[in-house]
Amino acid sequence: MTPPSARLKKSSAKDFTATDMERIAERILKFRAADETEVEIGAATDALTRFANNTIHQNVAERILGISVRAVVDGRTARASTNKTDDESLRRVVDAAARLAKNQPRNPGLLPMLGSQKYRKVARFSEATVAATPQDRARAVTKVCKRAEKNRQTAAGIFASGASRTLLANSKGLFARYEQTRAEFSVTILEANSSGWAKSNSPDIREIDPDSLAESASRKASESRAPREVEPGHYTVILEPSAVLDLVGFLFYDFAGTAVLDKRSCFTGRMGKKVCGENITLWDDVYHPLQLGAPYDGEGLPRQKILLLDRGVPKNLVYSRATAKKMKTKPTGHGFSLPNEYGEAPMNLVFAGGDKSVDDMVRSTERGILVTRLWYIREVDPYEKVLTGMTRDGTFLVENGRVTGGIRNLRFNQSVLEMLSNVEMLGPAVRAAGEESFEMVVPAMKVRNFHFSEVTKF
Amino acid sequence: MQDYVNWALETAKRRGASYADVRVMDIRHREISTKNGEVGTLLESETLGIGIRVVASGAWGFAATDRLTREGVQACAAEAVAIAKASALAKRENVALAPEQPYIDTWQNPFLKDPFRIPVERQIDLLLAADKEMRRVKGVTVAEGSMSFCRIEQLFASTIGSVIHQVKMQSGAGIVATAFAKNEIQKRSYPNSFGGQHMLKGYELVESLDLVGHAARVAEEAVALHSAAQCPEGQRTIILDSSQLGLQIHESIGHPIELDRVLGMEANFAGMSFLTIDKLRKLKYGSDIVNVVADATLDHGPGLGTFGYDDEGVPAQSTPIITNGLFTGYLSSRETASSIGENRSGGAMRTESWNRLPMIRMTNISIHPGAWKFDDLIADTDDAIYMETNRSWSIDDRRYHFQFSTEIGWEIKGGKKTRMLKHPSYSGITTEFWNSCDAICSRDYWTLWGTPNCGKGQPMQTMGTGHGASPARFRNVKVGVAFAK
Repeated sequence: MTPPSARLKKSSAKDFTATDMERIAERILKFRAADETEVEIGAATDALTRFANNTIHQNVAERILGISVRAVVDGRTARASTNKTDDESLRRVVDAAARLAKNQPRNPGLLPMLGSQKYRKVARFSEATVAATPQDRARAVTKVCKRAEKNRQTAAGIFASGASRTLLANSKGLFARYEQTRAEFSVTILEANSSGWAKSNSPDIREIDPDSLAESASRKASESRAPREVEPGHYTVILEPSAVLDLVGFLFYDFAGTAVLDKRSCFTGRMGKKVCGENITLWDDVYHPLQLGAPYDGEGLPRQKILLLDRGVPKNLVYSRATAKKMKTKPTGHGFSLPNEYGEAPMNLVFAGGDKSVDDMVRSTERGILVTRLWYIREVDPYEKVLTGMTRDGTFLVENGRVTGGIRNLRFNQSVLEMLSNVEMLGPAVRAAGEESFEMVVPAMKVRNFHFSEVTKF
Repeated sequence: MQDYVNWALETAKRRGASYADVRVMDIRHREISTKNGEVGTLLESETLGIGIRVVASGAWGFAATDRLTREGVQACAAEAVAIAKASALAKRENVALAPEQPYIDTWQNPFLKDPFRIPVERQIDLLLAADKEMRRVKGVTVAEGSMSFCRIEQLFASTIGSVIHQVKMQSGAGIVATAFAKNEIQKRSYPNSFGGQHMLKGYELVESLDLVGHAARVAEEAVALHSAAQCPEGQRTIILDSSQLGLQIHESIGHPIELDRVLGMEANFAGMSFLTIDKLRKLKYGSDIVNVVADATLDHGPGLGTFGYDDEGVPAQSTPIITNGLFTGYLSSRETASSIGENRSGGAMRTESWNRLPMIRMTNISIHPGAWKFDDLIADTDDAIYMETNRSWSIDDRRYHFQFSTEIGWEIKGGKKTRMLKHPSYSGITTEFWNSCDAICSRDYWTLWGTPNCGKGQPMQTMGTGHGASPARFRNVKVGVAFAK
């Protein structure tokens, strides 16, 4: 899209400055209602323009502030939050956290709050994204809708932009601050009996190209007209990055130390054993240039880059401080805000990619199915990691090395571990966006023996 | 609150809005969870803010803020109008709303015990007592319990003259036992999965559930599932318990009747619906005994979809959705009702919080009870599988093809409930499934279940919905596909 004009009024993202947030944190930490106090403040401005039937039908903006206080009293901890900044409300939220903390049994696993930490810098804030206006988004959407009309197609989607700032501080001297922007465009193009979809997001709105995304979705819709029905069964599939993302995204909590402690990870009893193919290597890496997120965890511990799967073998888990102590290892900076029962999780998954394009994958396939996107994925068997879900918005039959037309959507019941053992080709790892998982850096994959169990009516 | 809505409406009108409505919402939560004898989450939160929705230049705009000063509210209202004018750049026609009367009213759901006045240590003690009972059972690897409470006070006002004050008190609680052994993870929940039962009630709901009294049975079943036989595959008769039938209603009736889906407004995310307008009052949705309503009134019960007025000021109603098997109604808003020529909204516009736009959401979508006693239904069934408590759920983006699995199953042979079965699952096509229903249990077995986690919209909103159901029997259903090798 055209970069937002500098003369346009800047968004109210600047309403809460870093200094404002520091002042609120200082006021809270002065109350001293508990043995230790932690404060987390988040401020965000977000706007989203939503379109369907080739017109804007929803257009929203919000400005929100959240102030969350954790108190530790005599080996017990609890949290209270508010969005009110007057003295009485801040005092009340501090007292509420302390009161809740006192009224529970002692937690022998609770660790003292962290002191001051050092963090690697990450740059994920774009002034161009902050400056985007409703008019900018409306103009881009109008262009997409007009072209869809010209093609006798129907467009639906969103164009969103926003900025957020967070601050984490405690009475032991820890102070951490992070800011990021985010822009996102997604589009579905519909015809009478077919559809296509595309989506992208980035901290920088100038990286988003609504026309190109709409063109891709439009092409998928037209190429999948009059879909045929194919028999369910085991097929070679070519999964575009969004489809891969939404499947492998279900693995993220299995790498939590707590999940293994609780014996509900699919890696329970399988650490160090080969569970996927040699061509599957996976890290958690918040510092990767295609990732987003703060370089510290919910307690303020710096995040580490962790090798999770090494050539098909689960090598490492991630740990919060408390879980690491229980499991006699070192924390990795992946803990959630306390108190919680989940412990930790890797939130910045990065797969090693390959060098094959989706076209290469199609050309090498005698008979298979090309999948754009998956939908309504749910876990059927948590240990074998069997997932079910549907294909959606662009499912194609591949025959003799070429795409020969659209097919009706299929239901799958497929183990992700088995799938990752059957990967024949990998594309370059890209920042992918889906609807079932948070964004990750994943490649397109060609997978043999993927199990489709039933077919629907469209 | 009154000042905020006045500032917002005056500014919106002055800036050129032809219509505006405003919600000031003050929301309070308490969340408690326990795991394996320890407190997990312990959290109280509050949030207060204003959401302003306007029509200007014939298009929609919405803005929300928590800066509740005169300047902050007026700036928010002005932003909503500016956004509406930007929306008009891609307008095809002016927004039209079905007519509605102005109301000045106050509404509050009845409850006996304010859960926020119950000491938190008492609530924790109850969860830990249930936790202890579950962990007494050898083989249980994780015991979990949770409670959640929510109080929503809101003031709605609109430029047609409505001023509506509502207070909703919501409670929920449940327990789960998980057992890992031999490469399998089995679990049992009580009284339902997704955090148990949730209703528009006070703490009396939690007390009525008797979590401690059910803890041992739940744990024993989780462990026993490891030695149970695998649910067989094939075309079978199935009987669903009321909670699973509630979720079946949610996914295969509640979502497809949302008129915004039908009209394509959710095409990019939540999807569309097979229930196109031509099917209204023509499609045989289910068998003759299937009668389903969308009922937000208190007479229906204190469900998560119960209220006095929806979030665009339309009074709670009871809409027939399926009448003797025939498809008879949608969930609608003032705008969508107008667009299909209906003369009034069905009153289904709801918002998660002050910073979210109201959208069409389920109210209480419930099936009318039949006449069967549960024991008589089992005795009348020669060969079937009885399935209890949802474990996984999935349905396509037009709501035709679904697949569900439940935590536990029981074989029915010769009119008797016999052995336990693990990994029960079933799948099918929505209308074929509902047309195969041949028996529904009576009011004595009917429960108004709460689904607290229904997601929809962009930005995503989570909403609580209600589903009244009693156990029911379905013939010739495909069973076991999810676990087929």
